[in-house]
Amino acid sequence: MRSLALITILLVGGLLFYGTPDFPAWGDPESPASLHVSPYYIEHAVEDTAVPNIVTAVLADYRGYDTMFETAVIFSAGIACLFLLRIYRRKSTTTRLYRHNLTGITLRIAKGGKLPEGSAEFERIDSLWVPYDMIIKVTSRLVVPFVQLFALYVIAHGHHSPGGGFQGGVIFGAAIILYAISNDLRRAFRRLNEKAALLASAVGVLLYAGTGLLCLLLGGNFLDYSKLADLLHTDAIMARSHGILIVEIGVGLAVMAVMVSLYYNLSSAGRHDEGL
Amino acid sequence: MSAHFPGLVIIIPLVAAFLILIGALLDRRLAFPLTALALLGSLLTAIGLLVKVLQTGVVEYHLAGWAPPVGIAYRVDHLNALVLVAVATVAFVNLMGTRELVKGLFDDRLGPFYTLYILLIAGLQGIVVTGDAFNLYVLLEIAALTGYALVGMSEGRAPLSSLNYIFIGTVGASLYLLGVGYLYLVTGTLNMADLAVRLPALYPSKVVVSAFVICLVGLCIKMGFFPMHAWLPNAYSHAPDPVSSLVAPLVTKVMIYVMIRMMLFVFTPAFAFDQMAISEPMVWLAIVAIVAGSFMALSTRRLKRMLTYIIVAEVGYMVGGFWLGNRLGISGAILHIVNDAIMTLCVFLSAAAIISKVGSDAIDDMQGLFKKMPVTMGVFVVAGLSIIGVPPTCGFFSKWYLISGAVAAGQYGFMAALLLSSLINLVLFFRIFEIAYFEPFHDHHGDHGHFVSAVQEAPFEMLVTLVVTAVLLFALGIYAGDIVSQIIDHAIPVGIT
Amino acid sequence: MESLLANFLAKYNYWVYIGLVMIGMYAMIAKRNLVKKIIGMNIVQTAVILFYVSIGAKKGKTIPIIAHGHEDTGHHAVQALDYISPLPHVLMLTAIVVSVATLGVALALAIKIYRQYGTLEEDEIAMRIEDQ
Repeated sequence: MRSLALITILLVGGLLFYGTPDFPAWGDPESPASLHVSPYYIEHAVEDTAVPNIVTAVLADYRGYDTMFETAVIFSAGIACLFLLRIYRRKSTTTRLYRHNLTGITLRIAKGGKLPEGSAEFERIDSLWVPYDMIIKVTSRLVVPFVQLFALYVIAHGHHSPGGGFQGGVIFGAAIILYAISNDLRRAFRRLNEKAALLASAVGVLLYAGTGLLCLLLGGNFLDYSKLADLLHTDAIMARSHGILIVEIGVGLAVMAVMVSLYYNLSSAGRHDEGL
Repeated sequence: MSAHFPGLVIIIPLVAAFLILIGALLDRRLAFPLTALALLGSLLTAIGLLVKVLQTGVVEYHLAGWAPPVGIAYRVDHLNALVLVAVATVAFVNLMGTRELVKGLFDDRLGPFYTLYILLIAGLQGIVVTGDAFNLYVLLEIAALTGYALVGMSEGRAPLSSLNYIFIGTVGASLYLLGVGYLYLVTGTLNMADLAVRLPALYPSKVVVSAFVICLVGLCIKMGFFPMHAWLPNAYSHAPDPVSSLVAPLVTKVMIYVMIRMMLFVFTPAFAFDQMAISEPMVWLAIVAIVAGSFMALSTRRLKRMLTYIIVAEVGYMVGGFWLGNRLGISGAILHIVNDAIMTLCVFLSAAAIISKVGSDAIDDMQGLFKKMPVTMGVFVVAGLSIIGVPPTCGFFSKWYLISGAVAAGQYGFMAALLLSSLINLVLFFRIFEIAYFEPFHDHHGDHGHFVSAVQEAPFEMLVTLVVTAVLLFALGIYAGDIVSQIIDHAIPVGIT
Repeated sequence: MESLLANFLAKYNYWVYIGLVMIGMYAMIAKRNLVKKIIGMNIVQTAVILFYVSIGAKKGKTIPIIAHGHEDTGHHAVQALDYISPLPHVLMLTAIVVSVATLGVALALAIKIYRQYGTLEEDEIAMRIEDQ
């Protein structure tokens, strides 16, 4: 195997290397890649879309169709993990661990045994049990709201600073995953359960595709935000800016939900009862 | 509204995917009707687009209102429209035919299954109509991801085969992306028409040559061209039956379409055929692919695995036919894309019906099936005859064009390989016909140890679908001449003789 | 010789990405643990992303966010030469998302394989397949 691997990578490396003598130098401002289409974006982004962050303008307006499919890619990854891993089980077929809060005694309920489900005195703990760590729990509880706030800031300020839907969505998802890691997976389920996450991801992408469809129904091409001008009571350029914001919100929602859904499925291997 | 057809043909499945998931969260039984409606809408739009292209010529659609090369443009000409109709037809027919199978296999996850199904179709249709090289990569990845998930969901060796498929497929897609990056590096644009305008001035450059080779290698990996076909037999034969009959006809054919599009329209024929001078090696590789695929099909006694090796050989037909470089060969390759899609659908669908009723994948377990499942076996016979290349089924006509092209180009080795492959397909299929017809049917144990006694005909829906595909095979054969003269002739650039 | 050295130093970003592609592919082919192969796949995709991002770089120029963008739309003449090219960054946002999605699906399949065979080493899985 090793020799086959070495031969293959040498061939591939040679093939990639073959073209490099004709490459432009790194950082050359006159390289062909920076001459044809990019100057148009840089010079006209603000006057076309009123968005100073050129990357966001190109991402969500000029090449907005790519971004919609990118959101569909992340959506399909979430659905694929659900499809592959999810085990819908009625009865529990594994042993479960419960801890009595007052005395600290741990109960082990065997397969099919009666479970003290709703009792306030018993707390379900994971099989790979770690000791109760107050520092982590309290610190996470303090940090999570600020992370979420920052995520919303990143989404909303995508127009003026580096950011946008994907970045903010991932940060938001990371906040929820932090909550799930520091506490139990089941507590995270109580905050955002599986159906809500799936619904949010579908609604997020639907927001993006729906905006595009709305533009189509209003007479323009798909994703031509300038046609939203009458609906939003502004001129065509500001309509593009608002259209970009709407789709960024849709993207952020979808990415957040998919990150959380991926975490739920991967960490509990589809069973959704015990996690990391 | 008809001006928006190029966009609608993808937006309908895409929006439907999200609605299906939301609907399935409410009630599981909503998934199938919504999918059927969306795919029907997509099929009608595709047919409308083909009619429009036949009437008015090339259709362009500027997404987000920006003209290329600033924005993304869709460009539908005769080649696109034909392949698009083929993809939409296969998707819809397969959906209707595998309904019962899917309910049996994936009942608790119908919503996610149909969502992934329709996202796969949206991705494939997008690949066919797009005119932007990077947009093609994104759509390629949607189709690939959903394909990986659908293929991996079965017991047995499916997850491992799918994981190997992911590794090889990702390398292929990354190589394609790298090739597009090289092209962007020296031209500054991503739009295919714009690239075709800018590249000829740069042709001796090593970057363009290596971009060509890298793109070609990446596409050959994704289409399962020998010797990069190793993922194909495992992934497609271990996949669940309703998924095999969807991905086997479509994914490799769409990749071959991408290769044709890149070679004919981005790297113009003058570069691809004349300057690069790899036509000969490609035809030789195709000969090896055909021969190897046919012999490997002979070596196995499992039905689905045999069919996947036949796919490897068919990919060899199309790639070899294209690289012959003359009008007959390229017409044969394009016609074979459409024909092979329907033929593979037909044969995999009947194989799915057979396996679901008999309970095992082995050819030796198919004894006496002609009496028990006459309609299914009848359709299987028609599909087998088409793969062998018997008139008036469609397989004969595309083989005819390919052989004529081989003779015109002087590639007698390719012609010999085609004839040899037809002979081997004859042996393969008549072996099955003999077991199914002449051997007496007796109650025997299926592969999973359960006692299979009352093997009856496939469910009615599936029978109707099978008969429809068989009729399509004949119809494509009868109208093959029309298809070539009206559509394919206009699809090939004028300079090729 | 000096021009060769100058050539090498002017384009060393390309050597880095080629090296990364080779490392990633070696991991994908030669390593036997499935998770290591998945990481190798991720390295290959990251190398392609690095390549694209380095295409758009311009020496000494600033990020493509137009300062004072909102006040003078149209008065301030924006020079394309002052900003790095934004298009590769946009394309690579998409590619990063695609690589994360592929990673997610690959990990899900690895979990399924583990559930089925009890191991993630390729040779042990091959042995268990043969036994079945």
